[in-house]
Amino acid sequence: MTTVETAIGQNKTMVLNMGPQHPSTHGVLRVLLELDGENVVTADPDIGYLHTGIEKSCEHKTYSQAITLTDRMDYLNPLGNNLVYCLAVEKLLGLEVPKRAQYIRVMMVELQRISSHLVWLGTHALDMGAMSLMLYCFREREEILKIFERFAGQRMMTSYIRIGGLALEPPAGWRERVKSFVDMMPPRVEEYEELLTNNRIWQGRLKGVGYLPPETLIAMSTTGPGLRAAGVAFDNRKAFPYSSYEEFDFNVPTRTESDCYARYLVRVQEIRESLKIVRQAMDKITDQGPFKAEAPGIIPPEREKMKTEMEALIYHFKIFTEGFSPPPGEVYVAVESPRGELGCFIASDGSPKPLRVHFRSPSFVNLQALPLMIKGQLIADTVAAIGTIDIVLGDVDR
Amino acid sequence: MPELANANARAVVDRLRTWNPEAISQIVEHRGDTTIVVPHKLLRAAAKQCKEDPQLNFNLLSDATCVDRFPAEPRFELNYQLLSIPRSVRIGLRTYVAGQQPVADSLEPVWPGANWLEREIFDMFGIRFEGHSDLRRILLPDGFEGAPLRRDYPTEGPR
Repeated sequence: MTTVETAIGQNKTMVLNMGPQHPSTHGVLRVLLELDGENVVTADPDIGYLHTGIEKSCEHKTYSQAITLTDRMDYLNPLGNNLVYCLAVEKLLGLEVPKRAQYIRVMMVELQRISSHLVWLGTHALDMGAMSLMLYCFREREEILKIFERFAGQRMMTSYIRIGGLALEPPAGWRERVKSFVDMMPPRVEEYEELLTNNRIWQGRLKGVGYLPPETLIAMSTTGPGLRAAGVAFDNRKAFPYSSYEEFDFNVPTRTESDCYARYLVRVQEIRESLKIVRQAMDKITDQGPFKAEAPGIIPPEREKMKTEMEALIYHFKIFTEGFSPPPGEVYVAVESPRGELGCFIASDGSPKPLRVHFRSPSFVNLQALPLMIKGQLIADTVAAIGTIDIVLGDVDR
Repeated sequence: MPELANANARAVVDRLRTWNPEAISQIVEHRGDTTIVVPHKLLRAAAKQCKEDPQLNFNLLSDATCVDRFPAEPRFELNYQLLSIPRSVRIGLRTYVAGQQPVADSLEPVWPGANWLEREIFDMFGIRFEGHSDLRRILLPDGFEGAPLRRDYPTEGPR
């Protein structure tokens, strides 16, 4: 952590300590701003207030136990975190997941993407002074959380995606529920756009703010909507499809202005694209079929089988006491989270607990472009820039 | 498409070998991921080549992390995940670092985005990066003692 003394630069500048309890830092981010009048000379983000040592804890849990920890990293994208971790473990095991489970996973993470973008839109509009939008966005997000509750029994920390498939069979009546949500959403998105897109104050606060050229963004390892708003159409779902994304028809929205306004437009368009994917996934998901892979010794057996089959009982006991041991080796898996590339690196040494689990969290990596983004700009623009990077501090600090 | 991924990896390996025959000390393939192990001394040069060679064009550093193989020696394993956006290719780069006073060349001069990723490794594993512009702790407080992600650091913290 930087002390204030070390950050004081040349004469005539002052140091302003923004955060860690500043409402627009969306959590506990502290930014040390060196100011010349109202202009930012240097900015030094200070993070780690929410560090909980999830990577270390993972090393002391079996592979299946660690899933619940991943929920708690990026708390606006728990299903995405589950997905990347499970994909990595499945890759280590060489495990094939049934198509039906893959489609349900896609549907769930796309709903999660919509809910994450809704929270972003609502809170960002609130930062910019447009208060009513926050209420609308949270109203719609509530519907998504209710769907999650139906599926997983939990609204936020769902742990619904498990190694080899899903935790549970989709609940009765899920189709109607999801359908009513995707039918309701498009006019609502129109409504948000009506409130903001041509709003003069909104444009005045965002246009031309936080500009960075695409080369700089790539050099700083930025991914996600921030990069796509600079005209680079990179999306892991298209470039390196996982979980059957190659079978879905959707566009990757891009803009070229690379300012806060462009990032806003990209995210709103992404909500529409995600709705498209959810619709397609609903058509693909059959009513009957497996929701987890057939892999005794890795995936817990059915409750019924345990009462009649000796092997099932033994597997159940072994999975929950000892765990399973993937062969030694390392894998890296990347998925497209609402914030950018979410990666999971796992090293196995052949024991039931991972040797090392590392999460490449998009918020952490994207945040390092902030000082470049706000250099020379006004303090008020700092708020806009932090907002459109869309950080989740749980994801930054892990 | 595993065949294609391998063909891409083969092309990368061939290209690096023509640049410097000593650049690759080992190639690790696991579950379709290819990792090129480079000698400690050639890490930055090889990374620079990966980025600047127009046929390789790894323009984005996705991830950098460390694995502690304690008590084996060399103890630390640095893993870099390279991504080429225009070519849609990923490859891993790895080098080994000895356990006594671990130090490695920083890749920040090649990809500025390595800055925080290397700070995190420094913070968690205590590996120093030569040529890093701002090597400070990042997630843990300044006064923290020890490197908590090392395998010999107890999960419950020091007693």
